[in-house]
Amino acid sequence: MSAITLDRVTLAIGGRTILSDVSLDIAEGEFVGVLGPNGAGKTTLMKAILGLTPLEQGTIRVLGRPATRGNPAIGYLPQIQAVGAGAGLAGRDFLSVSIRGHRWGLPLVTAADRAQIDACLARVGATHLAERRTSELSGGERQRLQIAEALIGTPKILLLDEPLISLDPHQQKVVVDLVRQLARDLGLAVLFSAHELNQVLGAVDRVLYLGHGDAAIGSVDEVIDPAVLSRLYDAPIEVIKASGHIFVMSGGQVVERDRHHDHGH
Amino acid sequence: MVTDLLAYDFVQRAFAASGIVAAVAGTVGYFLVMRGQTFAGHALSHVGFAGATGAALIGLPPLGGMIVFTLGAGIGMGLLGERLSGRDVATGIVLALALGFGFLFLNLNASNAVQATTLLFGNVLAVSSAVLANLLVLGIATLAALAAISRPLLFASLQPELAEAKGVSLRLTGTLFMVVVALAVAQSVQIVGVLLVFALMVGPPAAAQLLTAHLLPGVLLAAGLAIAQAWLGIVIALHTDWPTSFCITALGALLYLAARGWSRHRRTIVGAPLR
Repeated sequence: MSAITLDRVTLAIGGRTILSDVSLDIAEGEFVGVLGPNGAGKTTLMKAILGLTPLEQGTIRVLGRPATRGNPAIGYLPQIQAVGAGAGLAGRDFLSVSIRGHRWGLPLVTAADRAQIDACLARVGATHLAERRTSELSGGERQRLQIAEALIGTPKILLLDEPLISLDPHQQKVVVDLVRQLARDLGLAVLFSAHELNQVLGAVDRVLYLGHGDAAIGSVDEVIDPAVLSRLYDAPIEVIKASGHIFVMSGGQVVERDRHHDHGH
Repeated sequence: MVTDLLAYDFVQRAFAASGIVAAVAGTVGYFLVMRGQTFAGHALSHVGFAGATGAALIGLPPLGGMIVFTLGAGIGMGLLGERLSGRDVATGIVLALALGFGFLFLNLNASNAVQATTLLFGNVLAVSSAVLANLLVLGIATLAALAAISRPLLFASLQPELAEAKGVSLRLTGTLFMVVVALAVAQSVQIVGVLLVFALMVGPPAAAQLLTAHLLPGVLLAAGLAIAQAWLGIVIALHTDWPTSFCITALGALLYLAARGWSRHRRTIVGAPLR
């Protein structure tokens, strides 16, 4: 069965068309890297799959059913936020609030819930982080906790919205490898949006590239192609491959520089 | 000695009233501190002041006026949503304006010089049986309401994007919480007055969050510390003849400082980095 299907979808936000008449299929267990410039619609697309954004036209189906809000089959990692409310809480407590979090009443955590949390923490290797306050964790460690949280409730699909922001290159590799391994072990379909192709190059089965209301999905070789990308960027694009990396260039500049590259994180 | 004083009705009522209100204030305050909305709580107490004095001016019960105004302002704040920039400026202006209006109403109502001090600073030693009964009912209602929304409230407060994706309405939970806060503020004002609501609603929860990293222990500790603070404050006030509200407030500050000190000390021992 297809995990996610877009059928002639048109998406608009604030009067701006993000996707125009786009159709595509993502299979169960498939790892798809989502790329494109800022504002191309990576986040909006994920929100639409989560049932949070209305469609101008077309339908989105998740595991055969129309996309609705609060679908328990989808694990979601929103873009990382700065440490805010509840920073002093232990990781375990932070995770526990999402269990049946949409239902009214007291936040009771059963023994079965606790076992599930433990299992998810173990799977991502974050058991030792659970008792520490989230404010004391590094960005990579907090990300690991969020991934554990996304696994609660045994989802079939994982949506990760720019999970590599503000992580250093080593932490980035750790996260990508972890998600890749989880996807294989648990048979999850994954949409993983990133700023730079090279961050996810080794892990993806296919690439979904967004730009100017259009989308191209296919293997790395099919999509990372000057003709395809020039159409998406509406500007002349060169593709340069060197020592196992791929550089997408426009006018002599690498497009999609990770915005934190220069900050020495 | 305290045990002798407990023979007096008014002392019994003081302990009962402050115990109820402290439990509510500490519990609700835990979420207020977590959500970073303590300033909103402060503003609500000032709006309540205008409501109370305005009601008194036209011959209505002050408590009723306070509750109505506080609820209205709470709902308004909740509906306006959470991410307005310059929010603290707007809140500050409303706060000052409310206090100004309250003062105006007091002035226009010539007979209330004593009530002003009570409203502003509280007087738990003057709580009547009627007020005590009121506080008990309000207290139970507030805690019940908080219990009913606690799960989505926690989720929305700690992880708003994920909560939204899972079907929680951030605006609804935020607004319902402000209603709960408004009720808690209206009660706290009876004990420590408009200006010192922070003493019970912010101090103990902030201390609790420093002392424990877990949720349920944190909430219980916040309530417990608030009760201890209120009762100890009354005991000290009865022995020293200083105003009760001052004693309660001062204890709150000491409590918070002690919690900070303990938390830094623990970090040094454990070796975890200081924030």
